[in-house]
Amino acid sequence: MAKTALQFRHNGSDVAIFVDGGTNLLVALRELIGDMTPKFGCGQGGCGTCSVLIDGELHLSCLTLAETVAGRSVETLDSLKQGPNLHPLQRAFAENFAAQCGYCTPGMLMAAKALLDRNPSPSRAEIVEAISGNICRCTGYEPIINAILAASGGRVSA
Amino acid sequence: MTVTVKTFTSSSEAAAALSSDRNARYLGGGTLVMRALNEGDISISTVVRANDHALTRIDPSGPRITLGAGVTFARILGERDLAFLHAPARSIGGPAVRNMGTVGGNLFAPNPYGDFTVALLALDATVALQGGFGSRDIPIEEFLQSRERQAGALVLSVSCTRPTNADAFRYRKIARIKPKGGSVITLAAHLPISGGRIAGARIALGSMAPTQIRARAAERALEGRALDAATVAAAASAAAEGTSPSDNALGSAWYRREIVGVHLRRLLLGQE
Repeated sequence: MAKTALQFRHNGSDVAIFVDGGTNLLVALRELIGDMTPKFGCGQGGCGTCSVLIDGELHLSCLTLAETVAGRSVETLDSLKQGPNLHPLQRAFAENFAAQCGYCTPGMLMAAKALLDRNPSPSRAEIVEAISGNICRCTGYEPIINAILAASGGRVSA
Repeated sequence: MTVTVKTFTSSSEAAAALSSDRNARYLGGGTLVMRALNEGDISISTVVRANDHALTRIDPSGPRITLGAGVTFARILGERDLAFLHAPARSIGGPAVRNMGTVGGNLFAPNPYGDFTVALLALDATVALQGGFGSRDIPIEEFLQSRERQAGALVLSVSCTRPTNADAFRYRKIARIKPKGGSVITLAAHLPISGGRIAGARIALGSMAPTQIRARAAERALEGRALDAATVAAAASAAAEGTSPSDNALGSAWYRREIVGVHLRRLLLGQE
């Protein structure tokens, strides 16, 4: 079957790939671009670990038809890296023990970034709401909520 | 498995493509169709899309509001004039799902989803459909009853009359996981009051039948009466009448029948 040419911005760089009909954005990012930071969890929109920003808006890459991002900007967790320095959110996650197995972390960090980009000092309730589409099976969520609070300069509960 | 993706600039072209191919599905926000493709649904061979701006239009002012089928829940939450729809919009998914999921797609969402449609059913919404042979408006209840046969038609928009006051429209979703989770049951009530009495009561339920349904026995118990304790009790005891819930991982059919009256009573009395 014919492939479709697709161009979009990936973490600030223009990329061009050929996708099969029906390919989702997660597969395009991981298998065609080689960006392994978004993870495959459920493929149903239930877990959030494939979360990416499309034109700054939080989306689930596994439920996004790849060709719908033509000409748009896609940011993955890989966009947070700044050479050897950790992004403030990454540092807060490390310092607050917000990652255990780490599988949910890419989605948690992108959901947190989507929140802080539009609301730099969220309340605890706003953080809970912002990560409500992301499932973590290890931490019990409290360290993650505390990490996002810490990254936003908020007061962290014990 | 690969599928053929057809993208059109007008909704009428997309509707024609949809109606001419039994194995074509319309892709809105992706939360239903991409999920089906990820699960290997071989009944879909063609995905139809439309970039028609008319599908994402909101007409929020005036007594009758119209939502394009492609309007997302996040956009509804951003419209101050649509405050009466904020509770149902907010009850759906997490932020990413609300950025993707659409009003039109929600009409096709199976249990335990489709919460926004419960609200629209209580508001007596009208669904604008474009088929291969032109467009037509049908009442949402009729649409839901024939939903399985609507696959060849494209939903263009949904419209409904704004409740006369904020208290006349109420919505509640019962979920096990907060703030996000599939529906155990979902309830919406529209209770216009005329001269101290309810005139045109609408009670809509989600997850109480294969599609969203109206609780007609409860509506009859409310119609023409004042919203007092005795009326509420009568409506609550009639809430499960005519329903046919199923068992799923979130709750059993028995449990749903047991709790629907309890939650309807709380909704009507304004209790938490």
